[in-house]
Amino acid sequence: MIIKPLLKAKAELTHGNVSKCPVVLSTRIRLARNLAGHSFPAWARPEQRREILSGCFELAGDVTSLKRGLRFDIGELSDLEKKILYERHLISRELMSSREGAGAIISRDQSCVVMVNEEDHLRIQVLRSGFHFRRVWRTIDRIDTGIEAKLPYAFSRELGYLTACPTNLGTGMRASAMMHLPGLVIANQMEKVIRAVNQLGIAVRGLFGEGSDASGSIFQISNQTTLGESEQQIIKRLSSVLESIIEQEENARQKLFESERIKLQDKIARAYGILSNSHLISSSEAMNLLSLVRLGLDREIFSEEYRANLDRLLIECQPGHIQYSAKHLAESEERDVLRSAYLRTEFEKIPEPDFGKIKRKRTSKD
Amino acid sequence: MGKALKCDLCENQATVHLTQILNNKVHKVDLCESCAQEKGVTDPNGFSLADLLAGSMSEEIETNSNDTICPICGYTRKDFRKTGRLGCPECYEHFGQTVRSLLDNMHKGTRHCGKIPTHVQEHLSYREEVSRLEEELQKAVEAERYEEAAEFRDQIEEVRKSRDKAEKDGR
Repeated sequence: MIIKPLLKAKAELTHGNVSKCPVVLSTRIRLARNLAGHSFPAWARPEQRREILSGCFELAGDVTSLKRGLRFDIGELSDLEKKILYERHLISRELMSSREGAGAIISRDQSCVVMVNEEDHLRIQVLRSGFHFRRVWRTIDRIDTGIEAKLPYAFSRELGYLTACPTNLGTGMRASAMMHLPGLVIANQMEKVIRAVNQLGIAVRGLFGEGSDASGSIFQISNQTTLGESEQQIIKRLSSVLESIIEQEENARQKLFESERIKLQDKIARAYGILSNSHLISSSEAMNLLSLVRLGLDREIFSEEYRANLDRLLIECQPGHIQYSAKHLAESEERDVLRSAYLRTEFEKIPEPDFGKIKRKRTSKD
Repeated sequence: MGKALKCDLCENQATVHLTQILNNKVHKVDLCESCAQEKGVTDPNGFSLADLLAGSMSEEIETNSNDTICPICGYTRKDFRKTGRLGCPECYEHFGQTVRSLLDNMHKGTRHCGKIPTHVQEHLSYREEVSRLEEELQKAVEAERYEEAAEFRDQIEEVRKSRDKAEKDGR
């Protein structure tokens, strides 16, 4: 298995616990870049694609953050390996189903990925857990400048970085945050939020981007437009929208815990009960229940030290990851058995919910 | 886009530019209006570039002479309309109008205001410097301040030289 070192390593998304934020799970920026004088990947001939792939591996792989990274041709990977990388948001669906002559370089801690010959020649991505756009921008800006010194990009003064699809022209930048919004979902306000945010040129998608559902109340929120504003302006605009969503989410939670405290406590306690006792659980049920436990953790019903465990489980409960742990080809029902067994052991480590703190918090506030 | 191309068959200015890819080879031809008519280029079904060039190919590939083709990669405006994607960075030069008409609805603005790659930045500041000096030179000449003008001329020469040297060292 080529990706084995990645699964063993401590990754930013599964182990990054430096400065966690209750609502924002992770921050990500990706840049679309193309090499001057070469056809875009979808239009390039196979030999041109291979030439670009090996050139990019050699030169982009030389940039500091990627030097010791894992690089592979997509054709070398099994379907399962591709699925696992996809579940970790390290490669896109488009790269997964790519023809030959495409690949990726993934840094050791999986915080930086360069996909080669996806829709564009280069898709550079930097990801951090928590809400850190400025830091992520500084990192990706440095990597981008490092690559640019070796590979001349297609650029026009008027249209910016030239991309295969005009929707990415200009900065070629998509900045996004993965947000956990159970309060707004339970209070049935998500639709309203999506409509309002869309009008500001900000897109809301499910956990896996376009067309995916929002299991676990996790949403990907990103800028829609890339031309006509600088990177800093886009980040500033997006951040202010995200901050107002965080505020809305916190208000929704506050209201719910005031007006429907018992109902909510019941939901959270049941979620904990099922996760620690079930013998058959699908990935979407697991996601939704983990989401409730995470909501409980934000209210100190569970201890903060288990936040990283939960965030890791949100990734490890997905079909590809469970399949990997099965060591043989497991059918969907068998996976549900394996998933529940894994969750049971993981939940043994997490102490039962303590609803006392909520009450104490309320009285101390009064 | 540089100077006008001559027709491959006569001396007139070429206005019809065609690219076909046959058996993985790119064939390009530039024709004037009348040669294009004569060779049947305007008939989308009856024309093959290879036929025209080699006179021996039996394969017929559909081309539409009304369609714009990117001379660099052979992508057509029709392809763009179909897929929403372009073939290569140069396509933006050749289907520029088609793309630009979409940008207004797609983005916040139509001009890039973000990061500029270092090599473009250097080139830009060089050009800005040269055009500033040229303006000064012009003013000096108009005011008949010839000594100053000579100084500006030397400065322009110097900037050019230092850039040529930098370019040579960079390669």
